[in-house]
Formats: sequence, C-alpha cells, structure tokens
Amino acid sequence: MTAVAARPPRVRTPGPRTRGGGSSRLRDFAVRWGALLVLGLLWEVAARFFASPFFPPVSRILERFAELWFTSDPASFFLTERVVTDLLPSLGRLLGGWSIAVVAGVLLGVALGRSRTLAGYVEPIIHFARAIPPPALIPIFFILLGIGDEMKISLIAFAVVWAVLLNTIDGVRSVETLHLDTGRVFDFSRAKVFFGIVLPSASPKIFAGMRVSLSVALIIMVISEMAASSQGIGFNIIIAQRTYRLLDMWAGILLLGILGYVLNALLAAVENRVTRWHRGAREGVS
Amino acid sequence: MTDTATEQSRGDLLTIEGLGHVYEGRNRFEAIGRLDFTVPEGSFVSIVGPSGCGKTTMLRCLSGLMRPTRGTVRLHGDEVHGVPRDLAIVFQDYSRSLFPWRTVGGNVAFVLPRRSMSPEERRARIEESLDAVGLAGSADKYPWQLSGGMQQRVAIARALAYRPRIMLMDEPFASVDAQTRAELEDLMLSVRDRFDMTILFVTHDIDESVYLADRVLVLSKSPSTIVASIDVDLPRPRDQVATREDEDFVRLRSEIARMIRDQSTKRAPAAVPPAA
Repeated sequence: MTAVAARPPRVRTPGPRTRGGGSSRLRDFAVRWGALLVLGLLWEVAARFFASPFFPPVSRILERFAELWFTSDPASFFLTERVVTDLLPSLGRLLGGWSIAVVAGVLLGVALGRSRTLAGYVEPIIHFARAIPPPALIPIFFILLGIGDEMKISLIAFAVVWAVLLNTIDGVRSVETLHLDTGRVFDFSRAKVFFGIVLPSASPKIFAGMRVSLSVALIIMVISEMAASSQGIGFNIIIAQRTYRLLDMWAGILLLGILGYVLNALLAAVENRVTRWHRGAREGVS
Repeated sequence: MTDTATEQSRGDLLTIEGLGHVYEGRNRFEAIGRLDFTVPEGSFVSIVGPSGCGKTTMLRCLSGLMRPTRGTVRLHGDEVHGVPRDLAIVFQDYSRSLFPWRTVGGNVAFVLPRRSMSPEERRARIEESLDAVGLAGSADKYPWQLSGGMQQRVAIARALAYRPRIMLMDEPFASVDAQTRAELEDLMLSVRDRFDMTILFVTHDIDESVYLADRVLVLSKSPSTIVASIDVDLPRPRDQVATREDEDFVRLRSEIARMIRDQSTKRAPAAVPPAA
C-alpha cells in the first residue's frame, strides 16, 4: 500500500489554485507577483514619460486609492466612510445576486438532472435565456423593479444562474450508477441519497459553475451600477470619468480588480477544501 | 409459490425458483434461461461459469436491484422485491462503489443507521468491521489513498458493518493481483467464520470457486442454466498451499474446468445468441 506516491509533474496553473510545497511555492509566488510588479513599473515609467492626463502613474493611483478607502482612524477600522457608502452596497448586491443564483441553480439543476423528461421541456428555454446578454435586459428590469437594489440583485441573479444551473445538471447526471446502487443496497433514504451521494458527486462541477458565476456577477454588478444608481463602485467610476476625476476612476478600477481577485481566491479556497477528495481520487494511487 | 416449496426451503436462506431474465428491446437478449437453486444458511456457495453467462444480471435479480422477467427469489421465505435489509453486496468495481468523498471510517459509518445506534455503538461497530478486514488504524485515510486490495477490504468491512444475513459478492477479487487475491480469499473464509455469514460468491476463477466454497454451481452460457451443482468436501480450515495440492481439489477443479470448456465450445460462434 502506498499512500500518495509521487505526484505527476506539476503544471503551473493560473490563479491561486496551484498547490505544492516549500521552495516551488515560493518561486511560483515570486514569478506571479514579480510579473505584476514589472508591469506596474513599466506603466509608471511610460505614464511619467508621456504625461497623459488619462493615464496617470501607478504611484498616484495607489496614493489616491489609499486616500479614498483608508484612514488612520482606528475607530472605523482604518476604513473611510466611502467603504460603507460605496463598497458595501456593491458587495451586497454582488453577493446577494450570486447567492440567490447559486441556491436556485443548484435546486433546479438537481431536479432537471434527475428527470430527463422535465429537462427535455426546460432545456431549450434555458439555452435561449442564457444566450441573451444580460445588460440588454437592464431596461426591462428597470421598468419592472425600478432602479433600486432589487433590480440589480435580480439582474445579477438572472445573469449568473445559468452557469450554476447547467453545471449542476451535468454534475447530477454524471453520478456513478454504482454509487446509487450502493445506496439502494444499504437502504439509504431519499434525503441520504441526495445529500450523501448526489450532492457530493456533483460538487466539483457545481463549484466550477459557481466560479464562472462569480466573475460574471462582478461584471453585471458594475454594469448595473453604471447604468442606474446613486452609489456603488460602478457608479463612482462612471461619475469620476464624466467629471474628469481620472485618478478616482483608476482607483475604482483598481478596487474592482482587487475585489474580483480576492473573491475568486476565497471561493477557490473553499472549493479546495470541499472537493479535495476529487483531485485525490483522480490522481489516485492503486 | 406452493406450500411444498416453502416446506423445502427450511434451512435454506436464499431460494431461487424458475428465475429467468430477458432484456427486451431491439436487441432482445435472454440473459438467464432458468435457474433453480438454494443457498443454505451459513454456507459458502460459489457460482462459476464461462464469460458472458449472465452472472451480473443474475446477481442484480437475486439482490432485488432488478426485477427478473420470470421466477421468484425468496430470502427466509419472503419474496424479494427491492433490496432486502438482510442482504449486502460487494461489487467488483470497488473504486466506483466506495464513496471517494468519505474516509474509510466514513464509508463504513455511512451504512449504519443514525437513529437506532448510539455514537459508542457506531464507533465500536466501525472498529470491529475494520479490524476484521485488517484495516484497523486506516479509518482516517481516504479510499483512493489505498491500494486496490485495500479498497476492496473497505467495501467488505462496510458490508460487514451492515450486519446482513447473506453477502453477495460479484467477482470481488477480479481486479487485484494474484497475491492480494489469495490474501483476500483467506480473509473471506475467516470473516465468514467470525460473523457466521452466508456467502454467495460469483467468480470467473475455477480454483477460487473450489477453494472457498462448500458448493459450486456451474453455469452455462446465456441464456444461463445450472449445468452442475458440486459439493466440495475439502477439509477446513483451508490452506492456500495444502488445499490446492489436495487430490480432491485437483479432481474437482479439473471436472469443473472441463464442464466450462464444453460450455464455451458447444456454441462457440454464437457469443450473443440471437433471439429465437
């Protein structure tokens, strides 16, 4: 018996999903952040050389970024008022819409994945609905739900539910027949089959859907705020641009980048924990 | 069926009467012709046959995973509809039968009822089952961290923890190497004694069928019927070396090998018999 023998040669994957230990991890880290640092320096030099008002140097963007979002006041956890008025509403819409989409997508996906007949009726509708670019629906959501948070959350949920839904259907359909037979042999209840076999089997695919959904949710959040809003990161960027506060605009864009990166990293960490067995079983030793 | 049928099945744990199965459809295929046999309580019965003799179909019908076209299966005199509580199966494909998202201990624990057992009872049952298959101390590993033979041990432990009266085994050692196979065979013999289990063991391997069993049933090709029922009176406990060189063992295995060869050559060109 050999427990976890030599791993296959490591392929460097983008994003924070790369595993490995010690020195190679450190090297990965250096390579990835080093490249970003070089890009930043190039920008800095080019911006100072051309001195275009539209592309300020990185150092000034960072400075403005710090000004906008951080204070020296420990009473407010070193964060400015703007975090509450702009970042939190955006984050709330993003996560609200995404969570609704995940729950709805998984529930509906399981139902459709288990019933071929039902799926036969519904799938054409799904494929049509998901082909519509969500921003095109802003006017309709606007008419139906106004310009408040309901509109934005619903739009985000609508836009991102498809990836979760289709992945869940796929995942549920790929449950091993022998696992289900095993459940029957050992007299599992329906709930036990669902939570104990179907959901874990489908979880790697569900997580893949959730990750795609999360990045789309960020996009839709920004678009909806740019189209109709009175606060939020997207609103701030568009207003800054219209009033020639270009540093503010760039600081907002930087914040969005960081936000997307951090959220994705968090989700990847959760996924890593929950579906660790999946990679192990794939690389499996026997 | 009739009173006499139930009368005869006293002492028999599993009774199969007139079992037959036909896969309908465009490629109609009669997998099982007619099977009648019994598995006495506490016995070890092997079923051996040429490849393509409908063994998997038979096991699925016997266990209630599938409804046979004809005939009845009785466990303890009760007709089998759906998988009965007193029956457990160990599948050939352990890697698709064990749950990779659960640890070894978690896989065993999964078949134990949550309500009617206290946590202590559950823990004791898991420990006992893993100990019986020589995996005490591996409870926290994942199945995929173990070798094939070890994984099949986990599947056996899981079936044992369920406390069935009868265990059906579908070519359980077909995909492990010869040495591991011998170990697992002896493991089954010791497990059977320790838990007083009735075992119905389906295999391709003639030596294995004789080595393990009290009785060997030889199947024909599909549509399968029973060609012979051979009682094995080799002394117990059996020994991988001594038993296999016993004159009676050699005679029995040759006899069965001859029957199976005759089966395979008889209708050699028709691997899949066309519908009549």
